[in-house]
Amino acid sequence: MTSEQTSTTRAAPDTGSPKRTRLPYYPGCTLKTTGKGLEDSALAVAETLGVELVELPRWNCCGVVTSLTDDDLMRHIAPIRNMVRVQEVSDAGLVDDKRVVTLCSMCFNALKWSNARIVGDAEDLKSLNDFMYLEEDYRGDAEVVHFLEILKELDPEAIAEQVKTPLGELNVAPYYGCTLLRPKSIGIDDPEDPTIQQELLEIMGATVIDNPYKTVCCGSYQTVQDKYAVAELTHGILSHARAAGAEAVTTFCPLCAFNLDNRQREVLEKHPDFEPMPVFYFTQLMAVAFGLNPKCCRFDLNHTDPRPLLRGKGLMKEGA
Amino acid sequence: MAETVVITVKSEAFLKKIVALSAEAITVCDQCGTCSGSCPMIAEMDVTPSQLMRMVQLGQSEALDTKTMWVCASCFACTVRCPRGLDVSKVAEALRQVTLRRSVDHLDIRNIPDDELAELPQIALVSAFRKLTG
Amino acid sequence: MRIGVYVCHCGGNISEVVDVEKVAKAVGEQGNVVISRDYGHMCSDVGQKLIADDIKEHELDRVVVAACSPQFQGGTFMRVLETSGLNPHLLEMANIREHCSWTLPGSPKEATEKAESLTSMAVAKARLDEPLEKRTMPIGKRVLVIGGGIAGIQAALDLGDAGFEVHLVERTPSIGGKMAQLSRTFPTEDCSACILSPKMADVPANPNIDLLTNSEVTAIEGHLGSFDVTVTKKPRYVDPDKCTACGLCEEKCPVSVPDEFEEGLIERKAIHVPFGFSVPNKNVIDESVCLRLTKGGDVCGLCEKICPHDAIDFGDRPETEQFTVDTVIVATGYDIFDATKKTVYGFGRFENVITGLQMERMVVHGAEGTPIRPIKGRIAFIQCVGSRDEQVGNEYCSRVCCMYASKLSQLLKRSDPSRDVYVFYTDLRSFGKGFEEYYKRGQEAGVKFVRGRPAELREDPVTKRVTIKVEDTLSRQMIESEFDLVVLSVGMTASAQTDPIAEMLKLTKSPDGFLQEAHPKFKPVDTLTEGVFLAGTVQGPKDIPDTVTQASAAAARAIRLMNQGEYTLDPVVAFVHEEACDGCGLCVPACPVKAIAISGGVTEISESSCTGCGVCISACPTEALDLKGYTNAQLLEEVRAALSGGDGTTVLVFADDMTVYRLADNVGTARMAYAPNSRIIRVPSGGRVTPRLILEAFSLGAGAVLIGDSEEKSSPFVGSAATMKENVAAVKSALETEGIDPERVLGLELVTVMMAGFVGRVNGLCALANKLGAVPEDKRKALVEHVNDKLLSNKR
Repeated sequence: MTSEQTSTTRAAPDTGSPKRTRLPYYPGCTLKTTGKGLEDSALAVAETLGVELVELPRWNCCGVVTSLTDDDLMRHIAPIRNMVRVQEVSDAGLVDDKRVVTLCSMCFNALKWSNARIVGDAEDLKSLNDFMYLEEDYRGDAEVVHFLEILKELDPEAIAEQVKTPLGELNVAPYYGCTLLRPKSIGIDDPEDPTIQQELLEIMGATVIDNPYKTVCCGSYQTVQDKYAVAELTHGILSHARAAGAEAVTTFCPLCAFNLDNRQREVLEKHPDFEPMPVFYFTQLMAVAFGLNPKCCRFDLNHTDPRPLLRGKGLMKEGA
Repeated sequence: MAETVVITVKSEAFLKKIVALSAEAITVCDQCGTCSGSCPMIAEMDVTPSQLMRMVQLGQSEALDTKTMWVCASCFACTVRCPRGLDVSKVAEALRQVTLRRSVDHLDIRNIPDDELAELPQIALVSAFRKLTG
Repeated sequence: MRIGVYVCHCGGNISEVVDVEKVAKAVGEQGNVVISRDYGHMCSDVGQKLIADDIKEHELDRVVVAACSPQFQGGTFMRVLETSGLNPHLLEMANIREHCSWTLPGSPKEATEKAESLTSMAVAKARLDEPLEKRTMPIGKRVLVIGGGIAGIQAALDLGDAGFEVHLVERTPSIGGKMAQLSRTFPTEDCSACILSPKMADVPANPNIDLLTNSEVTAIEGHLGSFDVTVTKKPRYVDPDKCTACGLCEEKCPVSVPDEFEEGLIERKAIHVPFGFSVPNKNVIDESVCLRLTKGGDVCGLCEKICPHDAIDFGDRPETEQFTVDTVIVATGYDIFDATKKTVYGFGRFENVITGLQMERMVVHGAEGTPIRPIKGRIAFIQCVGSRDEQVGNEYCSRVCCMYASKLSQLLKRSDPSRDVYVFYTDLRSFGKGFEEYYKRGQEAGVKFVRGRPAELREDPVTKRVTIKVEDTLSRQMIESEFDLVVLSVGMTASAQTDPIAEMLKLTKSPDGFLQEAHPKFKPVDTLTEGVFLAGTVQGPKDIPDTVTQASAAAARAIRLMNQGEYTLDPVVAFVHEEACDGCGLCVPACPVKAIAISGGVTEISESSCTGCGVCISACPTEALDLKGYTNAQLLEEVRAALSGGDGTTVLVFADDMTVYRLADNVGTARMAYAPNSRIIRVPSGGRVTPRLILEAFSLGAGAVLIGDSEEKSSPFVGSAATMKENVAAVKSALETEGIDPERVLGLELVTVMMAGFVGRVNGLCALANKLGAVPEDKRKALVEHVNDKLLSNKR
C-alpha cells in the first residue's frame, strides 16, 4: 500500500496569522477509505489551529500490528522505511519538526513501537539500513507522536478561541481502546485511567461522561474471524457508556470505530433492545465545535448516523 | 478421571523454545490470574491466559492446540498489569508463530464472505492476516 | 629479623597431595627464616605449643603458618603470638589447603610447587609486617533513638531501663506510630491501643529518657562515641505545661481538616490533641491551616480567648537543641503504600474503595459504638496492593498484609456472620508463630479466601458499588462480583522521611528502598556505620513481634558497645607517609566515609571513622596514602614472591576478604579443581588494588591479573567495587597503550556462592595467559616507565 501522492500543502485561511507549524504527517491506509472522516476532519481542525500536517511522500504500510517475537527484525522494515521518509522531508526543510504526526492510533502504536525498538538497538538499525540499501540510512532521530499529543501541547486558550458551537448539550464518553495507551512505553496517558480526551472535550464545552469501559479492547482484528465475539465487546463498551449517561462515544482509531459502530448491527441481532449509539472520530466533534464545514466530517461514512443527535442538540443545522 | 500429564525432557525444550521466541521469562509467572481477569476475549477462550502460561511453564506442547492463542487480540491489557512484568501477548504470539511457521494458516480469506470483505476496513484485514496467517 | 615457618599436614588434608616436608625445607632456606617445620596438626594444643616454644627458644619475631584458611584458624594462631608476647599482627598465613591441596587433587607436583610459592609469599609479606597496636577509644552511655513508633519506644525503654541516657526524637506531636492506629493485633487479637498505651506512658515516666516530640533531627556529625546531634523542636503553639487537653479550644476552633490519625475518614480541628491516648496528651496547633498562623494579625484567636489555662502561645518559635551521643538507633518506620498509584483499583476515585489502615480505624470506632463510616454489605479484601507488583515498582512482599487481612476479615465476619467477606490473594503467607492457626480460624469463621489477583475494579456510576473481575486460579473460573466495600491490603514502603537521616549517618539502602543491615544473617540490626543500629520497619517490612524483637536487639547491640567504657578499633586503617604527601586533596572526595581531611598542608585520617577499605589509595598521585596490614610495599613483595621463578603465565588473583577470598575457600571446600598457575592474594577490598600495583605485577611478569571484589550491594565497603572497576579500566587502557592485550586484566564483582563462575573465570584467565604467553621483556620495561610517568601524572 504505497501512496504516490505528493505532500499536501494547504493554503493559509487568513493572511496575517502567525507562521504555521509544519509537521510531517503519516495517514495510513484506512484513513484514505473508511476512516476518511477522521483524516478530513483532523486536517481541517489542524489547519484551524495553525498546524499544517504535511503528508509524507511515498509512505507505505505502518507495519500494523506490531510483531511480538524476538526474531522479527524483518517485520520492522515497513515502519522504519516510513521513518526514512520523515527524515527526508525534514532534511529537505519541508517541515519544522522531526516528529511525525499520526491520526490512526494503530499506526501510531506500530510506528512508535518499531522506531523505539530499532533506534534502541544500534546493531538492528544497521542491519535494516544495510537491507534497505537503496534508501538513505535512517539516523534514528525522528520521533512518532499522536495528534492528541500535539493538541495537548497547544495553548488551551487558543483552542477555546476556535470553539464556535460549544458542545454543552452533548453527553459524550471518550473511548481509548488499546493502542493509544498500551504498552506503557508506547502509551500517551495513564493506561488505566486516561484523561487526555476528557480535557480537550471539556475545552470544547462537552459534558464528558466517564465510561468505566473506556480502556477495554474492542476486539481489534478478531472482527475478521468472529464478528459476534467482537459485537459482545461492543455491547459491553457502549452499554456501560449509556448507563453512565453517554449519548455518544469518541475514538481515534478506524478499527475501533468500525467495531464500535458497524458491529452494532450484530449487537442488535443478539440484543434486540440495544439502543444504537453514534461513534464519533474525536476530530469530527472538534470540527463541529469549531463550526467548520460539516462536509469535512464525512458523516456519510458513519454506520450509526450521528447527525440526528447533533441536530437534536442544536449542534448542526437542519439539512446539513 | 483426572488426566495425568507426563513431564519429559521434551517439555523443557518446548519451554525453552517459547521463552526464546517470546523473550519473556515465562518461569517467573506466579499464576496470580491478573492476565485472565484483564482479558477482553476471555469468553471465547478454552483455557485462561494464566492457564496457558502454566502449560508453557510445564512444557506442555498442548498449548499449541488451544483456541486461546488464536483469539488473543494483542490488546496488552494483561501486559500493563502483570505484577511480574511479563507480557502474555508475546507468549501467545510465540505460540502462534510456532504453528504459522509450519505454514499452517489459521485464517483463510476464502472463508470470509464477499460482502463482509467489502465492508471490513483495510486495517482489520491487514492486522488479522499478520496475526493469523504465516 | 627472625621468622619461623610452620607447614601443616592437616591430618592428610594437605600432606596427601603436598610434599609438606619439601615445602618446609625449601622455605627454610629463604632469608630471615631461622626455623621451618612441618607438623600433623598445627592448630592442636601440641602444634600451638610448638610455635610458642620456638618463639621463646629461637627468639622469633615473625611467624608464618602454612595451613588452612586464615578465616578458620587465623584467630587461634594470633592468640599463640599474643600469649607468647608477640604482637598478633606479626603472623602471616599461607592458605595451602583451600587454595592449594583441595583444588589440586592428584597433582602432587603442581600442588607442592604452589604450596611453596604461597608460603614464600607469606614470608615475603611477613618481612614487612609491623606490630599493629590495638586502638581504643572511650565511649559513654548516651544514645539517640530516632522515631517514636513501637520500635523506637521499645529500644528507648530497654536502654533507659538498663541505665543508659536516651534521647528519643519523634517527628509528630505524639509517640505511638502506626501501631497506635491499629484495631487489634494478629494472631492474638489483643487490642492494639490497650497493649501499646502503657508502654507509651512508660516513656516520659522513665527518668533516663529525654522525650522530644514534634521534633526533627536536623544534623548528625561525628562517629561512634561522639555523634553531635542537632534537633529542631517545632513550635506547638500550646504550652504543654499549662494545657490540660480539656477540649474547649477544639470546640471553638473554626478550621476543620482531615484527621491523619483517622486516615482522613473524619476531620479534626486546627488545634487538636493527636489522639485519645497520645503522649504527650496535649493540644497542638497545626500551623499549616490555623487562621491566625497562616493569615497573621488579629485573625481568629478563638482558642486563645477560650483557653482557661492561658496555654495558647502564638509567639512560639522553632528551637534547636544540641547534644552528643555515643550510639544511634534509627527507628523511623515505614509509609503505607500510596494506593492511588495502583490506578486500576480506583482508590481516591471510587467512593467505596478504602485501605486496610482505614478499615482498622473503622473497626476501632465501630467497636466503640461510635462508627465513623458504616460497614455494611459485601466486603472484599484485595491482597498485595503495592507489594509483589513490578507495575508499581515494588518487588518485595510486605509480610503483614496476609495476616492483617485475615484479622480484619474474621473480625468483620464474626461480628456479623451473615455478612459476605472475601479475601482475594495470590499466595497466603502465614509463616509466623500462630499465624497458620489464625488463618484457619478465619476460614472456620466463613471468610472466603479466593486465590486470584483482581485484575480490574469498576464502580457503578449510580449505586457506587464496586465490581471486581478476577480469575479464581484454583478452579480456573472467572469471577465478576459486586461489593459494597473493597479494602485494599496496602503494603509497606520505605519512608522518604528516612532519607535525610540515612544521609547524615551514611547508611545505605537495599534495592527495595529500605535501609541496609550490615549482614543479613549475623548483623541484622547493625549498619556499616559503626555505632548506628536499625530497629523495626526502617530496615524492611515486618510485624509487631519482629519489630519489638529487633528493637531490643538494637538496644542490646548498642549496650554491647557502650557498656565497655571503651571500644577497640580495627588496626587496619589508612595512614599517610607524610613526607610524600603534598596536600593535593584528591583523596578527600575519594573516601566513602568522609574520614579524610587536609590539615596543615597534609592529609589527615580520622582513625575512628576510617573503615580500612583502602579505596582512597588509588586516588593518591604520590603514593603517600597507605593501609596498615596491607601496605603498598607488602603487597608488592607478595606479588614479587608469587611471580618469582615463574614463566610469565602466572595468574594473580586479588581477592577481597569479605567475599572473594571466602569464595575461593568455598571452592576448595567443595574440592573444585582449577589451574595450578594461579595465586590468590588477600586484600581488604577490590578497591584497595591500585592501578599501579596491577601494572607493577605485569612488569614483574604476571601473565594475567584478576581482581575480585564483593558486588557493590553486599560489599562492606561503599564504593569499593566502583573504584575497582575504574582501576581495571585504567589498567586496560594503559596495557593497550603499551601494546599488551587488555584482556589480561579482569575485574569481577562476585558473591560467595558463585563457585563455578569463579573457577571458570580463573581457568579462563590461565588459559588466556598460556595462549598469549609471557609479556615480552621490552613491553614489561615500558610498563615500568608507564607506571612512573603517565599513570601518576594523569591523576592531576
